[in-house]
Amino acid sequence: MNKPENARVRTIDKVKASLEKRYAKERRFRRLGLGAVLLGLSFVLVLFMDITSKGYTAFVQTHIELEVFFDPALIDPDGTRDMDVIARADFRKIARQPLREKFPEVTGRRDKRALDSILSTGAPYQLLEMVRADPDLIGTRQMVELIADDDIDMLVKGYIDRNAAAEDRRVNDSTIAWIERLDSDGLISLNFNTRFFTNGDSREPELAGIGGAAAGSFYTLLVTLALSFPIGVAAALYLEEFAPKNRWTDLIEVNINNLAAVPSIVFGLLGLAMFINLFGLPRSAPLVGGLVLTLMTLPTIIIAGRAALKSVPPSIREAALGVGASKMQTVFQHVVPLAMPGMLTGTIIGMAQALGETAPLLMIGMVAFIVDVPGGPLDPSTVLPVQVYLWADSPERAFVERTSAAIMVLLAFLIAMNTFAVVMRRRFERRW
Amino acid sequence: MTNPQTVIAETELADQVVRPHGGAQALEGGFQTVGDVRVADPRMSCTGVDVYYADKQAIKDVSLDVGKNQVVAMIGPSGCGKSTFLRCLNRMNDTIDACRVTGEIKLDDQDIYDRRLDVVPLRAQVGMVFQKPNPFPKSIYDNVAYGPRIHGLVASRTELDEVVEISLTKAGLWDEVKDRLEQPGTGLSGGQQQRLCIARTIAVEPEVILMDEPCSALDPIATAKVEELIDELRENYTIAIVTHSMQQAARVSQRTAYFHLGKLVEVGETTQIFTNPRHKLTEDYITGRFG
Repeated sequence: MNKPENARVRTIDKVKASLEKRYAKERRFRRLGLGAVLLGLSFVLVLFMDITSKGYTAFVQTHIELEVFFDPALIDPDGTRDMDVIARADFRKIARQPLREKFPEVTGRRDKRALDSILSTGAPYQLLEMVRADPDLIGTRQMVELIADDDIDMLVKGYIDRNAAAEDRRVNDSTIAWIERLDSDGLISLNFNTRFFTNGDSREPELAGIGGAAAGSFYTLLVTLALSFPIGVAAALYLEEFAPKNRWTDLIEVNINNLAAVPSIVFGLLGLAMFINLFGLPRSAPLVGGLVLTLMTLPTIIIAGRAALKSVPPSIREAALGVGASKMQTVFQHVVPLAMPGMLTGTIIGMAQALGETAPLLMIGMVAFIVDVPGGPLDPSTVLPVQVYLWADSPERAFVERTSAAIMVLLAFLIAMNTFAVVMRRRFERRW
Repeated sequence: MTNPQTVIAETELADQVVRPHGGAQALEGGFQTVGDVRVADPRMSCTGVDVYYADKQAIKDVSLDVGKNQVVAMIGPSGCGKSTFLRCLNRMNDTIDACRVTGEIKLDDQDIYDRRLDVVPLRAQVGMVFQKPNPFPKSIYDNVAYGPRIHGLVASRTELDEVVEISLTKAGLWDEVKDRLEQPGTGLSGGQQQRLCIARTIAVEPEVILMDEPCSALDPIATAKVEELIDELRENYTIAIVTHSMQQAARVSQRTAYFHLGKLVEVGETTQIFTNPRHKLTEDYITGRFG
């Protein structure tokens, strides 16, 4: 009688004694997990804050508001309104005239040149475009907000220390004095930088934009999506639903997993050797970029697609087969609709990867300096991450903020795509 | 015989064989099923069926008739092969790569394992209801209409409406769902889902319905409804049902077949099997001594 009573007491004591240790272990693990999450989040936060703080100023651009005289003698001496004549006119002279009028005391050749360089080399083109849009401007005087040079832009945004020694800064004392006078006259303004979103690349930071790279990314991804989604889904369907399970299909499966782990630059080399050298497709073209990224994205889509197909419960297949549906009907009417959210999620994740991919595109020439915005998948172009790479390499101070701004745009696209993937999965996920 | 486990199991079987009214009934070697495997008016007729999963033999030399407008119940302990045998009857085992079936299974004198036979029309003739209710994640209407649609059984929407109503009525579900045919079938209760699956099966007008433990996931009230339904369906269909519940077998079936370790041990009139089993294994099982 006594013995089991004792044994019971001892067991419960032992259990109680061990409890403290067990709970402490659990608490430690929880704290570790929470710590890991917080650490990850803080890194992301630091990254975002750094990029945002460096890049947000690129979304505005310094303009100088000046009264421009569209001199008929310079633009259209014969009054023909012929666009060819107008296009050849000396708009540089028209653009620099107002500043010279504003500062008549500047006489020296060198000082005059310094005064001229307050305005961007894009300012004359700005005026040309205005005349093209409205030829009636010829002969009138207009207040125009002309783009400032990138050095002036940096000065206005406060990136150049006015108190530093003159030889240590890109802007000399007289220029600073002119800018201060223009500023006190209220002629300097920071406007939204539309050019940043519409222009292609440029040597002049104030004229450079991500429009070309964004269009290049769009065409590249379009080609990638058009190829990798149908091919990937078809491959996943065949391997999962139709192929016999034997050594060959095992080999194929292993190699698909291997492909997913191949460094992306290798795909770039393959693309260079195959698509450009062998098939003679144009260099720097989104078409080739899309083909290369398709090769890179396919394993992701196939693996995600097969996982999605595997997760469809066999009872659905049996139900369809049981009422006499053929294999094809079973797969396409029951299995595919249920697996679609998973396959789409895999595709979007693959596309997001492709959007951020740089290395393979360097190999096929999409790293070239291209000013024009591409009009189609065969035009030479670059893509967003490569544009970031190019600008990060440029020495001008103004490219620093543009690099960060381009990264922000790229991240915005990525976040949008991933959010879309999550929302789609939630929306179309069906319960059974 | 290749598998040592099988050998041991069979030796065990051989030890416990003798019944006063059954005579010597070894499961070894030239074992014969006790009782009459044939019926006067068979719809399906199986002879010497063997089923292998890779190297493992799951069904050994089973011969059994399924009579017209009869319910045949298959009972036996877990893993005895009754579900495997049932799935042979509409070639559902084809979906398992490693599964191999030999022997002869005839549906109205047509060998269903004939190479030239197409399984799609076969499965329209021999429908199946599964253990777990598995409605499609579509509306109730679409669940029932699916079979007639893919087989092209109906010409118009009104005809299809009629088929859906008749099938749901036969399955005893019409009154419960007629106002919400557009709602998903997966939203019904377990018992309703199973009756929906039965409606889906009979919408294709099969000749034989196979049921693989159709009530194992249902509560007693839903089970009673499904059993009642099985009894009504017998008028028009031939039914083979696998069940773990001996009471259920006794309630719904006319003939009962007892499986043990891949062999058909005994078959006979349900009343005879449950009141006067001739094989010791059958008696042990139905009296609850094992299983």
